[in-house]
Amino acid sequence: MENNPLKVPVMAELHAQDKTPEYLFWVGCAGAYDDRYKKVTRAFSKILLHLNIDFAILGNEERCTGDPARRAGNEMLFQMMALMNIEILNSYNIKKIITICPHCYNVFKNEYPELGGKYEVIHHTQFLRQMIDQEKIKVENDGYVNKMITYHDPCYMGRANEDYESAREIIKELGADLIEMRRNKSSALCCGAGGGQMFKEAEEGDKEIFIERTEEALETKAEMIASSCPFCMTMITDGLKYKNKEEEIFNYDVVELLANSMGL
Amino acid sequence: MLEQIIFILAFISAFGLFFFRLYRIYRYIKTARPLKLKYRFKRIIRLLKIAIAQSKVFKNPLVGILHAFIFWGFIIINIEMLEIVIDGVFGTHRSLAFLGGIYPLLISVFEFFAVAVIFACVIFLFRRNALKLKRFWNKEMTTWPRTDANIILIIEIMLMCSILTVNAADSVLASRGHPHYPDVGAFLVTGLIQPLFTGMSDSSLVFLERFAWWFHIIGVLIFLNYITFSKHLHILFSFFNIYFTKFDPSGKMMNMPSVTNEVKLMLNPSAEVPQPSAEAEAGLFGAKDSQYLYWKNLLDAFSCTECGRCTAACPANITGKKLSPRKIIMDLRDRVEETGSKVLKQGKNFDDGKDLLSLISPDELWACTTCNACIEECPVNIDPVAVILDLRRYLVLEKGLAPGQLNAMFANIENNGAPWQYSAEDRLLWTENLSFKTK
Repeated sequence: MENNPLKVPVMAELHAQDKTPEYLFWVGCAGAYDDRYKKVTRAFSKILLHLNIDFAILGNEERCTGDPARRAGNEMLFQMMALMNIEILNSYNIKKIITICPHCYNVFKNEYPELGGKYEVIHHTQFLRQMIDQEKIKVENDGYVNKMITYHDPCYMGRANEDYESAREIIKELGADLIEMRRNKSSALCCGAGGGQMFKEAEEGDKEIFIERTEEALETKAEMIASSCPFCMTMITDGLKYKNKEEEIFNYDVVELLANSMGL
Repeated sequence: MLEQIIFILAFISAFGLFFFRLYRIYRYIKTARPLKLKYRFKRIIRLLKIAIAQSKVFKNPLVGILHAFIFWGFIIINIEMLEIVIDGVFGTHRSLAFLGGIYPLLISVFEFFAVAVIFACVIFLFRRNALKLKRFWNKEMTTWPRTDANIILIIEIMLMCSILTVNAADSVLASRGHPHYPDVGAFLVTGLIQPLFTGMSDSSLVFLERFAWWFHIIGVLIFLNYITFSKHLHILFSFFNIYFTKFDPSGKMMNMPSVTNEVKLMLNPSAEVPQPSAEAEAGLFGAKDSQYLYWKNLLDAFSCTECGRCTAACPANITGKKLSPRKIIMDLRDRVEETGSKVLKQGKNFDDGKDLLSLISPDELWACTTCNACIEECPVNIDPVAVILDLRRYLVLEKGLAPGQLNAMFANIENNGAPWQYSAEDRLLWTENLSFKTK
């Protein structure tokens, strides 16, 4: 367990002990490799461990879901990744998956079933909202009370899967003032990273999409911009840097705000 | 008698041409790939909500009510068409007047909607041509689409004016006791504009009434055929389009079973996979032209009224990129008008030196973020993203033409199992140096 000091349980190890955890926590590539989003992964793991949730991660056995390949037209690569992942997931007899990425969420929930991977799929905002509703999570400090927070809807939680409220419920639970951007919920503007855009330069145009969206967020005069997607996190962070606002306005995933307010 | 014969001939030939053209479009749509859709009661409910109650147009309440005037007006005033047809065939006049006291009430409702339609059309013309709303002037809105929109609005205004003229002239004649024009009671609107006509002689009023009546019915018959070549076809096709929309979350991409078989064989050469269907063998991966898309995509194209709500919501278009979801759908319709008859005559593999990608450039396709804002905005449930993604699939799977950076991403996923160049061995690094309070 040398390189695993947080004692986040790993599926293969539990399997060796004949244990099958209730949940698989699917970390995702951004959650594992992106320096900024690793903090989100940690915040969420702390909450899971704090609540004594029976879960494990795949660790070294996790692979890209194939989502960016599929949306960039490479169906062959997507299905290769999907079939390999499904084989691993099914071999561990996994029934419930929690993911901190809306793109992974969408693929697991909507696209793996046709290929033989049928799971109950839960986005971390949905899981946290359940925990709040069941009163398992209690906000312990008032660090965010009356703070002005705006929420950016990830396309793949919002329009793609019509969950606009889970993340907002969490922000309200913190006692913060939720202010909406001009374009919000079903008419929210994309951050610009979906459909494979995360991995390429934008096509020629007048402006970058992430700048347009960041400006919209800044218009609200909110002190913090919350989101729940690793790609949105990258884009909005870049936008804040571009506008020289990275020292004044902060960009968080809702789970980070919640973990802070729980004193974790 | 002559009038009746002309009427019957005009009526039959106009509807004959109309149904002939509709059948043609139906056959064109069927040239695309098959797609089985289950009947569900939900479809009817959704149709009532989105088509009849206009729920998506009402997102903007002001425009919603104006559009609803025209839409509900169109449906209700068509009841009056029933009387016009009976009168035309039998040479009668106001054949439904036997309904008694309810008749003038009915005509008054028609007249209210006629005025509402004129009002809405005038405002719409103003918004398009004077206010120059941006979405009516995007690049793809070239001369023809803009003219088409104006023609539709002007014809609708003329049709409504002619029906009001018929009623006004008719009621003045009736009040004078003219034998052919029975007094059936006062109407809401023409009761008010009657004074304009009272100075005219009986014979000029009869001429005016006949002229307006013929103008209206011939106008309707011409318009009926015009719409099949126009964006106005949405008045008919949007019902079908909404009815046939999938119920899956909009984030779900259409699967490609032919690829699943190939991948299964690749991962395990002895795997048992079903024999490829004839359709999969003949087809190619993704779509390069209309016949390789699904029929629902083609129905989408014929249902589009080029309102541009999709393009106005598209993040790529907002930030000045070439992509416009409306253009994708307009190009598709233009292309189907070409490919439809060719596929019917020469089969799927005909070659006219062109394909859908001659109209839609890679720059447009690669600018899409698949955010689904266009799908969300479309009042008639058109899905431009599905077309974009199937064209991307063709570019990548058949042509190997992905942008370089995306090819690098593919290579990373293939080699490292992640879109970035990191080793799977490093997937646990985030757990280092982390402490937290236990319960």
